[in-house]
Amino acid sequence: MVIRDYIFLGIFLLVMACVPLLLKNDYYISIFVFASFNCLACIGLSLLLGYAGQISLGHAAFIGIGAYTSGYLTTQFAWSPWITMFIGVVISIIIAIAVGVPSLKLRGHYLAMATLGFGAILYIVAVAAVDITGGPAGLNNIPPLNLFGLILDSDKKFFFFSWSVVVIGLLFALNLINSRVGRGLRALHGSEDAANSIGINTSSYKIQIFIFSAVFSSIAGSLYAHYVTYIDPGPFGIMHSVLLMTMVAVGGMHKIWGAVIGSLLLSLLPEFLSFSTGYFKTFGIEYKPDYDTLVYGIILLSIMLFLPEGLYGGFSSAFRAVKNIVKRNGKKAKSSS
Amino acid sequence: MKKNLVIIILAAFCMVFVSCSKKEEPVKEEVKQEEVKKEEVKKDYVVGAFFAITGKFASLLGEPERNTVEMMVKQVNEAGGINGHKLVVHMEDTQGDNSRAVKAAKKFIGMGVCAIVGPSRSGSSMAVIPVVQKAKIPLISCAAAESIVVPVAERKYIFKTPQKDSDAVRKIYGRLNKKGVTDVGIITGTTGFGNAGRGQLKTLAGEYKINIVADETYSPADTDMTAQLVKIKNAGAKAVINWSIVPAQSIVPKNMKQLKMDIPLYQSHGFGNIKYAKLAGDAAEGIMFPGGRLLVAKQLIHHHPQRPLLMKYKEDYESTYNEDASTFGGHAYDALLIVINALKAVGDDPEKIRDHIETQNFFGTGGNFKFTPEDHNGLNTRAFDMITVSFGEFKILGEW
Repeated sequence: MVIRDYIFLGIFLLVMACVPLLLKNDYYISIFVFASFNCLACIGLSLLLGYAGQISLGHAAFIGIGAYTSGYLTTQFAWSPWITMFIGVVISIIIAIAVGVPSLKLRGHYLAMATLGFGAILYIVAVAAVDITGGPAGLNNIPPLNLFGLILDSDKKFFFFSWSVVVIGLLFALNLINSRVGRGLRALHGSEDAANSIGINTSSYKIQIFIFSAVFSSIAGSLYAHYVTYIDPGPFGIMHSVLLMTMVAVGGMHKIWGAVIGSLLLSLLPEFLSFSTGYFKTFGIEYKPDYDTLVYGIILLSIMLFLPEGLYGGFSSAFRAVKNIVKRNGKKAKSSS
Repeated sequence: MKKNLVIIILAAFCMVFVSCSKKEEPVKEEVKQEEVKKEEVKKDYVVGAFFAITGKFASLLGEPERNTVEMMVKQVNEAGGINGHKLVVHMEDTQGDNSRAVKAAKKFIGMGVCAIVGPSRSGSSMAVIPVVQKAKIPLISCAAAESIVVPVAERKYIFKTPQKDSDAVRKIYGRLNKKGVTDVGIITGTTGFGNAGRGQLKTLAGEYKINIVADETYSPADTDMTAQLVKIKNAGAKAVINWSIVPAQSIVPKNMKQLKMDIPLYQSHGFGNIKYAKLAGDAAEGIMFPGGRLLVAKQLIHHHPQRPLLMKYKEDYESTYNEDASTFGGHAYDALLIVINALKAVGDDPEKIRDHIETQNFFGTGGNFKFTPEDHNGLNTRAFDMITVSFGEFKILGEW
């Protein structure tokens, strides 16, 4: 980890700690809790997409595996949520190996195809295996998490817990990319042949990072199950995988921080739009929830068109430009004096 | 280090955004309360309502429900409110998505609503139950699955207005018994509604000596059910029961016509929007399903106790929105009516509203509701009539 990351992490912690102080309403806090699940999954996905250069269209399925493992084992056998979360992670690792090994040994975007199919299959299993998953009716009465005797049953408690998990995940990811593995991955993203020629086992790196990102998603899923205390197949479909990809792309896929920004933005945006409905009325315009998709689309399109490096990339280049202007003006001022 | 500033700016932006959003509501409420004090007007009764208004699953459900609630609020307030209190309903769109439903429920609770109406779908209802149970706010669901209100001990604050799916199954099986049909093929949608119906169809089959020869399912996004229907045909079914709430259910009669299957097709009460029949076109002719009497209000005998209410709702709805009234709008009508009844009697204390609902006994669009502490639905098989599609319209089939 470089110093810059530590500073960012400090600021990030500070901002997140301020959120519940500023937000008195549980509803707003719950939006941030849902955002934290996306954030965790996106950090993992960002490693895969931005550093290993692989596309996965099945990460919502890994979230689903985590959620259903936790949900099923805690409701049927009353196991401790911590154990079930771990089992969910193990299952995700096994499945990630099964899906990843054959497709990542090949060149090109075979992982995207494999995960697309895998996501669709898992969704169908969740819907059809009524005896285990409850089918479309889902699983009910999932117990809340118990942290050393403290039951995380309120939005505020869960907010602190889930964002702490995100910060731990961030620490892991940032350490990873600034290590030997991270440098290897960046070489791989640049050119697979070149990376191979300098002795990087590219396929093993890709598989490892895919497993790593699956673990992140699985934990996010378990947290989701214990927070909402009800799960059904709906939130684990292909569309959610695509949304996660979009979050990473919008934030900036070559930086972990981009994933954080992207997931926060796209998780909060729909709520912000529904919230701002009231203001349009004061201007005499009738804003309907149906327009959300339109606004959403315009924002995504303009980011993709004008900021191909994502929000993070866009901001840093804007910052660089401003700094250059300031520098130049400073020089001018000096020379003229 | 240069990027720190960017993040700081971002963080500051976040803080500003966040603190703005926080202030909005309390400020508004304070203003409102001040106004109230000045004018000596009674405080508003605030109710939350959320339906699957958009989204691929349920636009035929949520839209009439939202329209109905908006129409009723207007009517109530034009008539001077409830005991002089203005009725305010906050509307949210769940898009048929459970996470959105949970968020909306939390939003309502944060607003301090005294009761919640909706959501439209069984899955969303199940998802919000823990939230509203914990907040102790009564919720009147407009979704069908019986598990929403059973077991009552764990669903103290949960009520629902649509008829029970087990009663719908009983109605269909009762008719099959009279017709002497025993071998049936069932085809159900893989949604909360379809799955609950499939469960009831299988559980009650033994009681009515029905033999299910084929058990097929389809997903809400499917566009062709030929494969499933061929299996049912080959299994020798003498009747088909299609149990679903999504527009895809209208494909089944079309496919049956293409396959020249001339055995009778029974649908669930989820078929209760004439738009579903229109989607199936000619193929819908002769479909039978148990439905609420709202769909056939005009054909009811004149002294039927439900008739005046049904006719009034139907006429109001159809004149306001220029489209046919549907069962689903009726569910929302009943749900809000329950809340209004309670508000009239006991004011806006959630606990008192809950207690009052358990004593309510009235005629709604769904039938004669008799709520008790043991029954949070209040309807029985008599809430249904068998209805058929004839010349593109719903007709009462009569008891035979």
